[in-house]
Amino acid sequence: MSTDTLQELTRRPYEAGFVTEVESDTFPPGLSEDVIRQLSEKKGEPAFMLEWRLKAFRHWLTMKEPNWQAVKYNAIDYQAIRYYSAPKQKPKKGSLDEVDPEILRTYEKLGIPLHEQKLMQNVAVDAVFDSVSVATTFKDKLRKAGVIFCSFSEAVREHPELVKKYLGSVVPYSDNFFAVLNSAVFSDGSFVYVPKGVRCPMELSTYFRINAAETGQFERTLIVADEGATVSYLEGCTAPQRDTNQLHAAVVELVALDGANIKYSTVQNWYPGDAEGRGGIYNFVTKRGIAHRGSKISWTQVETGSAITWKYPSVILKGDDSVGEFYSVALTNNLQQADTGTKMVHIGKNTRSTIVSKGISAGRGQNTYRGLVKVLKSAENARNYTQCDSLLLGDKCGAHTVPYIEVKNASAQVEHEASTSKIGEDQLFYCRQRGISQEDAVSMIVNGFCRQVFKELPMEFAVEAQKLLGVSLEGSVG
Amino acid sequence: MALLTVRNLHARVAGKDILKGIDLEVRPGEVHAIMGPNGSGKSTLASVLAGRDGYEVTQGEVLFDGKPLLGLSPEERATSGVFLAFQYPVEIPGVGNLHFLRTALNAQRRVRGLEELDAMDFLQLAKEKSKLVQLDAAFMNRSVNEGFSGGEKKRNEIFQMAVLEPRLAILDETDSGLDIDALRTVAGGVNALRSPERGMVLITHYQRLLDYIVPDKVHVMAAGRIIRSGGRELALELEEKGYSWLGLQDGKTAAPKGGEARR
Repeated sequence: MSTDTLQELTRRPYEAGFVTEVESDTFPPGLSEDVIRQLSEKKGEPAFMLEWRLKAFRHWLTMKEPNWQAVKYNAIDYQAIRYYSAPKQKPKKGSLDEVDPEILRTYEKLGIPLHEQKLMQNVAVDAVFDSVSVATTFKDKLRKAGVIFCSFSEAVREHPELVKKYLGSVVPYSDNFFAVLNSAVFSDGSFVYVPKGVRCPMELSTYFRINAAETGQFERTLIVADEGATVSYLEGCTAPQRDTNQLHAAVVELVALDGANIKYSTVQNWYPGDAEGRGGIYNFVTKRGIAHRGSKISWTQVETGSAITWKYPSVILKGDDSVGEFYSVALTNNLQQADTGTKMVHIGKNTRSTIVSKGISAGRGQNTYRGLVKVLKSAENARNYTQCDSLLLGDKCGAHTVPYIEVKNASAQVEHEASTSKIGEDQLFYCRQRGISQEDAVSMIVNGFCRQVFKELPMEFAVEAQKLLGVSLEGSVG
Repeated sequence: MALLTVRNLHARVAGKDILKGIDLEVRPGEVHAIMGPNGSGKSTLASVLAGRDGYEVTQGEVLFDGKPLLGLSPEERATSGVFLAFQYPVEIPGVGNLHFLRTALNAQRRVRGLEELDAMDFLQLAKEKSKLVQLDAAFMNRSVNEGFSGGEKKRNEIFQMAVLEPRLAILDETDSGLDIDALRTVAGGVNALRSPERGMVLITHYQRLLDYIVPDKVHVMAAGRIIRSGGRELALELEEKGYSWLGLQDGKTAAPKGGEARR
């Protein structure tokens, strides 16, 4: 495929780039203990939450922004960010009727209708708009099964004992620069608790939407699957098209108790910035799960948006016979940068982990896989299989693979395979000679490249992910 | 009217002149064999007709069904009925063989204003056509050409041709790398697809393919030109006397031995 035609790669409008006109209650820019107190008060939080936030904030002040990752961006002015923005509405939402119709329309436009009768069957949705959760669907049905699925704020109010027990148990308040910032200022997010032995009767899903300008989004998700419980959770994210960068620093904590099974899928489509690299979301996210005896945590991510992605969904394989999986597709187009991968930390005996990473670089995009496989002395018979494949479209993009392997137990088996390929002119011509247009051919080849990952997504979302990838590459060859 | 008319075709690749004035006329129902030593330009002719990038036509014209062909994109040529069976069929990891073929067929049908085939109807069609080249079901669900043996790849090409039903099929060294059983199977498939409406151009180095697919006309290419045309007997004579008979240099004169070569 010739380079000239590849330069056409960027001709697609970002479909989710609109702004919703809605009256909001927004803090002035800036960060201080006062801002955190105000935030906590606004949310009506118990004292332990405020304490926790302040502890994190004080720790954050002593920290430096990390610079080891292979991404470049202008320094972030943390005092220029607004740490809270919420659409004005009645303080408590008894039903969807109380949600601002503008917001309902926003989600509808994004293809996520919040009216239950219109919803996808068997998917419960929590909608987070800027700093707050605006609606959670199918609550009653879930409640009958004993499943708690609500906004984080509601969980703090209604289930403080669970929050207190598990918040920070996987990603402590002192973890890393962005996670610590999140701990201090997080405004909302989703909370899930699946009780012992319960298989959650439906897919759970959160759609995050940044709407307000100059606002950071700091959400926190906590999912606890009690012994023998099973849950599948999906998050999606979009943001309006703006010229300035916006910071999104989220934290996700997963707790899989003995024999539990958590599947966490992400379809990330934050605004990626324009073709010249103006604007776009800085997606600096910490995601980690702890797997107790015989449990399984599986991360699947399809990352097509954001100007910069910095995330390493990880699993601490603490219990014997626990399993960790990471399946990832990361696409960088135009001037997008991604430094993403995973950490698998084997502590228990007979722990197993699988890593399948597919990086696609187009335009001038830079895509780095960074992953750690760590086998501690205690992890007798640990096994890991890692496969990192990179696909390049054009000759101005880059793909990098940085695997770290630390093994302290001789019985471990660790495999690492890596490949880098270009979409071949031969492949394209072969498809076109059969009558398939160039654009469809690229999309088909890329989807084939990602198939191993897509088959891990819940059905409804696999289709969505394929479409998203197609759209993200639209016009990639002329 | 001729199905394919090539007039004084000149083409270059990477600044080097390869085709230096090709004239060829293929009528519906005819099978033409183009023979020639390595480097004579046979495969270049196939690539130029199919519209591969990097081949620059410097002179001459090509009419397909009376209409100029060279201005069309590869997919437009395919849709108008030009099919190329590749010398080296390409692997596409992760894309199912049947999914690929159905996408191709429906892309062509859409352009022709026909209704697309749904998965069930397509499967029916594929099953029926696969018998021509003895492909089994397990094979069809594998990724396009991935891990196929040389013989399987070539059979897959003929299978695709059977499903797409082109009006002009260009078979580029379809016999290369095949053992005798595979050659018979492939030739059987090609013969079954001969029809009064369809033209075929067989590009081959060796006469042996023509034992199984009997051509109406034989052309010998050398240094970018067709230097001799005749009936089937020309191929036999060439086999007997070798390319040196026509004053041509050629490294390989005997058919390769051994099984289906993997590539």
